[in-house]
Amino acid sequence: MDSPQPAVEIVGLVKTYGDKTAVDGLGLTVERGSVTAVLGPNGAGKTTTIEVCEGYRRADGGTVRVLGLDPAVDGERLRPRVGVMLQSGGVYAGARAEEMLRHVAKLHANPLDVPMLVERLGLGSCGRTTYRRLSGGQQQRLALALAVVGRPELVFLDEPTAGLDPQARRATWDLVGDLRADGVTVVLTTHFMDEAEQLADDVHIVDRGRVIASGSPEALCRDGAENSLRFAGPPGLDLTAMVAALPEGAKAFEVARGSYRVEGDIDPQLLATVTSWCAQHGVMPEKLTVERRTLEDVFLELTGRELRA
Amino acid sequence: MTTTTGTFTPDPGAAPLGRMIAAQTALETKMLLRNGEQLLLTVVIPTLLLVLFSAVDVVDVGELHGQKRVDFLAPGMLALAVLSTAFTGQAIATGFERRYGVLKRLGATPLPRWGLMVAKTGCVLVVEALQVALLTAIAFSLGWSPHGNPLAVVLLLVLGTAAFSGLGLLMAGTLRAEATLAAANLVFVLLLVGGGVIVPLDKFPGGVEAVLNLTPIAALSDGLRDVLQHGASMPWADAGILVVWAVLGLGLAARFFRWE
Ligand SMILES: Nc1ncnc2c1ncn2[C@@H]1O[C@H](COP(=O)(O)OP(=O)(O)O)[C@@H](O)[C@H]1O
Ligand SMILES: [Mg+2]
Repeated sequence: MDSPQPAVEIVGLVKTYGDKTAVDGLGLTVERGSVTAVLGPNGAGKTTTIEVCEGYRRADGGTVRVLGLDPAVDGERLRPRVGVMLQSGGVYAGARAEEMLRHVAKLHANPLDVPMLVERLGLGSCGRTTYRRLSGGQQQRLALALAVVGRPELVFLDEPTAGLDPQARRATWDLVGDLRADGVTVVLTTHFMDEAEQLADDVHIVDRGRVIASGSPEALCRDGAENSLRFAGPPGLDLTAMVAALPEGAKAFEVARGSYRVEGDIDPQLLATVTSWCAQHGVMPEKLTVERRTLEDVFLELTGRELRA
Repeated sequence: MTTTTGTFTPDPGAAPLGRMIAAQTALETKMLLRNGEQLLLTVVIPTLLLVLFSAVDVVDVGELHGQKRVDFLAPGMLALAVLSTAFTGQAIATGFERRYGVLKRLGATPLPRWGLMVAKTGCVLVVEALQVALLTAIAFSLGWSPHGNPLAVVLLLVLGTAAFSGLGLLMAGTLRAEATLAAANLVFVLLLVGGGVIVPLDKFPGGVEAVLNLTPIAALSDGLRDVLQHGASMPWADAGILVVWAVLGLGLAARFFRWE
């Protein structure tokens, strides 16, 4: 299974609808066996990008390779190997959850055990209810089950947890974790930054049809503006000696009366420098906290806008 | 990579084509038989019309020459069965499948699109077989005495199915689902009245009759009546009209059908 090709390789993808450019030179690579999140606000072009990979839409420019094949030409060879979860719909209004799952299982050579999937995703409670009367969360979980039932190598999940309650969201996250552990490559889109942070090996932040930042969640949060450390102490402390002891580029200042902030690459060493300065100066650093940047902050810095706006 | 197999360890592959198409046909048929409105259209209406108009002298079915009313009505009801299933039912179901992304989602499975179309046709044929069995049994119980070659009847039914499927799919694949719903039902009623199913076409003025004779429903009901009521061998003119509609409808559907 170790193949030199990445699972997905997108270079300079362009897709326009009339005079609107939905995807504008987007590029990203998905390594085999990884979980990759495409993170961005509504209308960023996530669905369009995924659906070009799935073979539903034709690119107007750039190249897309999925498992080494061109989805626009090699659909027939790709379809058995790729699992798809659409952003919505996809099931007969009058079909029952388990019935539809059994059906899609029958279209594959070596499907997963259907009762196991039903159990894992809590679909048993759907019973004889037809799709149109299922709750939004049940419909989402069925769509996820349909994406994996054929034992694909690669799954595309378009907003898999949109509209789920926290418990169902947890079940979905666990399933994604198990897929990864068993060697399935997962590409998911989301506009929840915590989801990308929790699940993904690699995150591609997309805005207005372009990738504006890529990397592991840790790397993205580390790069650019630094993390910070805060503490409270007596007002008006002279921090000159502390700044001198800090690594180059790090800053320390009093943000508000008695409230201090140290900015820089916050590692154990820096923390020790700060606390030993406090010890030498007889300062008790109250409410000492390390603040990590989130992907939300990264997005804000890159675009000047809120992700969830 | 580890070599131990986990629950989700990839093992992709398509099922054999025949199994996929059989499964799809079975599911489509189940969905149709579960749908109340579809059953009203395909089973209840033709059955009621057959029983009602055979028993009661509501419509003037023309010169009977010693034959029973059911001998005129039964072929028309068979034509209506084909219209209701291949055209109206299929158009509405497929229109909503397109609207709700079912066709799109199935397009991501190993089942090829042409396989889906074969399954849809299979579903239509299964339902038509049930309709024909039911209507034939009722007609016999009403004293029906059919004539002619059963093979000619089967050929006409198949050509009618092809013609109506093409037109139904053309509608489902191009119009909005709600528009398809309204239009398919409207066409059903119009063709029921103006297609020689229960009202003989010679009751209409000459010019109108000539035009109505060219509709697929008129060709089908007239052809079936020629064989079953009058014992004709093979009504080639009617078969020809159905072939033209089939080529036209299926051709346009293949060209303009949109999957999402
Ligand atoms: N079929 C379509 N026709 C016209 N515009 C579309 C279509 N699909 C998407 N768009 C537009 O393209 C942009 C990107 O949409 P989409 O890929 O759905 O974004 P996302 O999934 O990130 O919310 C949006 O502005 C959307 O309105
Ligand atoms: Mg989307």
